[in-house]
Amino acid sequence: MKKIRIGSGAGYAGDRLEPAVELMEKGNLDYIIFECLAERTIAICQKDKMKDETKGYNQLLEYRMRKILRLAKEKHIKVITNMGAANPASAADMTAKIAKEQGIQGLKIAYVTGDDITSHLADYYDNPVLELGCKLSDIKDSILSANAYLGAEGIIEALRNHADIIITGRVSDPALTIGPLVYEFGWNVTDNPDEMGQATLAGHLLECGGQVTGGYYADPGYKEVPDLEYLGFPVVEIDETGWFTVSKAEESGGIVCEDTCKEQMVYEIHNPREYLTPDTVADFSQVTFTQDGKDRVAVAHATSHGKPDTLKVSVGYQDCFIGEGEISYGGANCLERVRLAEKILDKRMKIVGIDMEEYRVDYIGYNSLYRNQITDGYAGECSFPEIRLRVSGRTKDYFNANLIANEVEALYTNGPAGGAGVTKKVSEIISICSIFIPRDIVDIKVDYMEV
Amino acid sequence: MKLKDIAHSRTGDKGNISNISVIAYKDTDYIMLKEKLTSQVVKEYFHEICKGEVVRYDIDSICALNFVLDKALGGGVTRSLALDKHGKSLCMALLEMEI
Repeated sequence: MKKIRIGSGAGYAGDRLEPAVELMEKGNLDYIIFECLAERTIAICQKDKMKDETKGYNQLLEYRMRKILRLAKEKHIKVITNMGAANPASAADMTAKIAKEQGIQGLKIAYVTGDDITSHLADYYDNPVLELGCKLSDIKDSILSANAYLGAEGIIEALRNHADIIITGRVSDPALTIGPLVYEFGWNVTDNPDEMGQATLAGHLLECGGQVTGGYYADPGYKEVPDLEYLGFPVVEIDETGWFTVSKAEESGGIVCEDTCKEQMVYEIHNPREYLTPDTVADFSQVTFTQDGKDRVAVAHATSHGKPDTLKVSVGYQDCFIGEGEISYGGANCLERVRLAEKILDKRMKIVGIDMEEYRVDYIGYNSLYRNQITDGYAGECSFPEIRLRVSGRTKDYFNANLIANEVEALYTNGPAGGAGVTKKVSEIISICSIFIPRDIVDIKVDYMEV
Repeated sequence: MKLKDIAHSRTGDKGNISNISVIAYKDTDYIMLKEKLTSQVVKEYFHEICKGEVVRYDIDSICALNFVLDKALGGGVTRSLALDKHGKSLCMALLEMEI
């Protein structure tokens, strides 16, 4: 029976690269996927592209491609990634340049566009914004980017045209896995609901890299995981019935067991009967995990119920400013001095007349001031050996945010005794909200470069 | 008994919504958790953090409950004033609950 092996090369934009290389060398892979686009990443990349039109793709793309292109060519592993972010074309250019530099020949690089709908966003000004309870037109002057979550269509087309490296912008995370599986096995949601459900689950389990192989799982005394410093990334082996196993490279660190798979299946899903992706409405409510050997788990019984009529669009917009400041207090009476500092700040915010939407105070700390001997020496005598006061506030403009940060700094010479280690920061906040648009409006385009 | 003695957990985030899984190590404990760990109990436990509704989804095939907490992330990952903007540590708070 035909089987396909898909490895995960990254679970987020800045993930480790060695586990990807290890999987490509030892994992007998057909495909490797690099999932590198969090919700907000593309809006930030869009800003990079505005400053320099050749930028706006994942910052580690060049580093990663330099390490993996030759390996991909030699081992006949196809690479699928959303590292194109806001600029898949330039990401493909850079990849082709690296291939040429390294003397690699016979490599076909595809890039998928069409997710960026910023230029015709005016058509959707009347659409409701999911998170904000207003119309899109209400924030139109602050919008930076609008990218539809595409499904696997572009990836499938690229594979049919024999692409070796496929670079996309915004696609759903599972689409990176669904693409090669639909290409290999010819599945569709109408005739193969179970297989498409399994494909979606395979993608969901792969998309966060080490989170299914023991990363984000260890809890000493409760759940032990060996060698996290050498954590292996997951590989899925799936057959034409949709049945698959999850495992990792032999001798890599981590663990693949039923419980790691369970945690990752429920991670970032809401209704398990209705997990919406552009390619499927997946149903994980009957899924079973069965240990199938050391660090290998068999996965079955996911299904799907068609696909949505609409696509989700992530809209990045200039939202607000956050001003924050921190200061530490030590000694057994630190709690009283932090409380005094907090009271002073509460009053100062009013006296200065800082205009803000929300204000927050946090108490943090253990041994950052006095290391261990002194801290441990009196830690038992009080509730807290030290406290770092953190104050933050959200404002409409830079000016007011900066006032908040400055008031914390002023505690040095104007506040309680022994205040130490002030830091302050003002951040310009880009937020993400969502609208839904009819799926047939999006025009997916695949272009190619050959070296 | 604490929840951490019979179950494990992981938190995920989407916008201003947090989801917290509670996965029983044993089938028998799962049946007990379904009865005792209601969405109302979780909502009350997190009342200082979660400002919206809590919905529970049961996944019997893997002995897991999925709690979806609306308005739990201080306005969302991008604009939250919290240190833990993703709410990723919430699972460890839930596991400290007495059952």
